[in-house]
Amino acid sequence: MATDESGKLEFHPMDQFIVKPLFGEAGDPVHFYTITNVTLWMALAIGAITLLLVVGTRGRAIIPTRAQSIAELAYGFVYKMVEDVVGKDGLKYFPYIFTLFLFIIFANFLGLIPMSFTTTSHIAVTAIMAFAVFFTVTIIGFVKNGAGFLSLFWVSSAPLALRPILAIIEVISYFVRPVSHSIRLAGNMMAGHAVLKVFAGFAQVGAVAPIAILGVVAIYGLEVLVSAIQAYVFTILTCVYLKDALHPHH
Amino acid sequence: MEGDIAQLGQFIGAGLAAIGSGAAAIGVGHVAGNFLAGALRNPSAAAGQTATLFIGIAFAEALGIFAFLVALLLMFAV
Repeated sequence: MATDESGKLEFHPMDQFIVKPLFGEAGDPVHFYTITNVTLWMALAIGAITLLLVVGTRGRAIIPTRAQSIAELAYGFVYKMVEDVVGKDGLKYFPYIFTLFLFIIFANFLGLIPMSFTTTSHIAVTAIMAFAVFFTVTIIGFVKNGAGFLSLFWVSSAPLALRPILAIIEVISYFVRPVSHSIRLAGNMMAGHAVLKVFAGFAQVGAVAPIAILGVVAIYGLEVLVSAIQAYVFTILTCVYLKDALHPHH
Repeated sequence: MEGDIAQLGQFIGAGLAAIGSGAAAIGVGHVAGNFLAGALRNPSAAAGQTATLFIGIAFAEALGIFAFLVALLLMFAV
């Protein structure tokens, strides 16, 4: 890691999150149709998922190959999660939840490859997914239950005097959901990767370099864990929100 | 020392907001610790409650994330 004349670090820990156009000049403006590094790594995630699910399970073997085992394990894992948390009637939304889970976990893991780009570290990416879940769940709630969906905010198990206050709190917490849902994923991914870069920056100081390199290895291991757990948490919260929409009565 | 008083306030505020992350860490530790305490008493029931564990952790963590969000807003958006 080189330093410039003033002795300051040449890279900033947050530099890895800069969205750059892949083609053309460095300073070109980024429009919604511009192909950037985010586009590239999202496409790679989609490609990897397609490869796993289409090519990996092509054999349909009784004794599965390794790729087929992974695909089957992921499918069974999410299927069981939806069944346990939402219930039988939530299974028709399983494809959506499975898509979310696979996209997030692949984007997280691809972001761990050195020199790659973590698409899920951008709130713009995770907010789209979180708001999609929020609107889907709200619309499903109103379509399935009609005005009865509003009983989600009316905690009938609480004393009557407390219910209006609880209703206000419940409404606020309902509308905060997409915010916490998106920032949890983006914040975890961004903070972990920034910590990796900070430790990498310490590695240029001779005396602490061995400790810093050990630190990078340890944090990297933690990040592998966090990538999987955050994908799991995002998915299971989607299931919980869906359960609230299907069964709003407390 | 350079910069103006507003920037000073921004940085101090962001640092104070980061305390919230530590508070969230206490909350998450509380959830996980109590889960482990319960799981060791009745290990056979523990496997069925891991989903509840992660939901509890996620909700405890959400408030730490709001603190983190405030810090980010102070650093980059104000």
